[in-house]
Amino acid sequence: MSTQVLRAPPDPYHLGHHPAAPGAPPQATGHGAGGPAPKRIVVGYGFWIFLLSDVIIFASFFAAYSVLFKRTAGGPTAQQLFDLHNTAIQTAFLLTSTFTCGLASIAVGQRSQKWTQIALLCTGLLGAGFLALEVREFAGFVARGAGPSRSAFLSSFFTLVGCHGAHVTAGMLWLGTMMAQFYAKGFRTDIRHRFLCFTLFWHALDIIWVAIFSLVYLVGSLPPEFLP
Amino acid sequence: MSDESHGTLPEYDAGSYVGGDRPPGAAPDVEEHSLRREVGGYITGFALAILLTIASFWVSGTNFIYGPALAVALLVLAVAQMGIHLVFFLHITTDPDNTNNVMALAFGVLIVCLIVFGSIWVMTHMNQNMMPIPMDKLLQMQP
Repeated sequence: MSTQVLRAPPDPYHLGHHPAAPGAPPQATGHGAGGPAPKRIVVGYGFWIFLLSDVIIFASFFAAYSVLFKRTAGGPTAQQLFDLHNTAIQTAFLLTSTFTCGLASIAVGQRSQKWTQIALLCTGLLGAGFLALEVREFAGFVARGAGPSRSAFLSSFFTLVGCHGAHVTAGMLWLGTMMAQFYAKGFRTDIRHRFLCFTLFWHALDIIWVAIFSLVYLVGSLPPEFLP
Repeated sequence: MSDESHGTLPEYDAGSYVGGDRPPGAAPDVEEHSLRREVGGYITGFALAILLTIASFWVSGTNFIYGPALAVALLVLAVAQMGIHLVFFLHITTDPDNTNNVMALAFGVLIVCLIVFGSIWVMTHMNQNMMPIPMDKLLQMQP
């Protein structure tokens, strides 16, 4: 009886999450029974919207790159420049770091400070290795006279891949602050929400890298007669 | 007793979503075995992503696929790997709590396709319709 009085009346405009009655199956979205979704779902949704807007920025850079791909202005072409061994190692680093980032989120769920810090440290080291290889590659291009000002192709290449590298750099800073916050403040709810956003960010960066290594490096290294 | 969970929403664990049909942030169905299932989900996704990555690099270096189709094959492999990442790492699933994420993703994909394929389409036509005129023709055109 008392629980009947205490419970707020169901809000028909909120997304359904909890069962309408004890033992009943969870309501589908839009059915309106049971009140709003938990905050974690809302936080994840909001950050997902941000990530999609970020993906649209990358889509614009991809569009510019694909339009300007053949505008080399007599300078080096993609096939002459790209070193696929370097790209393969970068891909291995970033893919493994996204895996260790997932393991870190499991460790956070288990409230294991040790494994959280170990998994995040691995993520950070692999991310740093990725960045080091990218910086080395860019420096090599510039040293060979293939800097961003050489041709429209190289301008769009450096913008696209450099924007991804800038995101990874920002992600590394975020990762460092997350390690410090878990260490200093423990597994507080708000910090776990921040960490959820970080894992989404890091996984999304790997999705963008999949597009870059496939469509920029691998397609760019194909012989010109194979390209559309 | 179980009714009390209605009034106060339980706060769920970060990252304690199972590799099954749960969105980011949902509570695991079963406490037992959830750790094994979570780790298993990430290992499955990691293995599939490695397979697709190796396939991409291998296919681009051999003549296993008809040459002019290689770019499309790489695009297909990339999209497949993005799907693996979305399902196993970002946990975009069919859970009712995930409907909003899926709708936002669908809209994002629409915009991305419009930007990329629209740009390529428009610029290809521009290049065809505005071919540079050779210098001798240009001189003849002058009055």
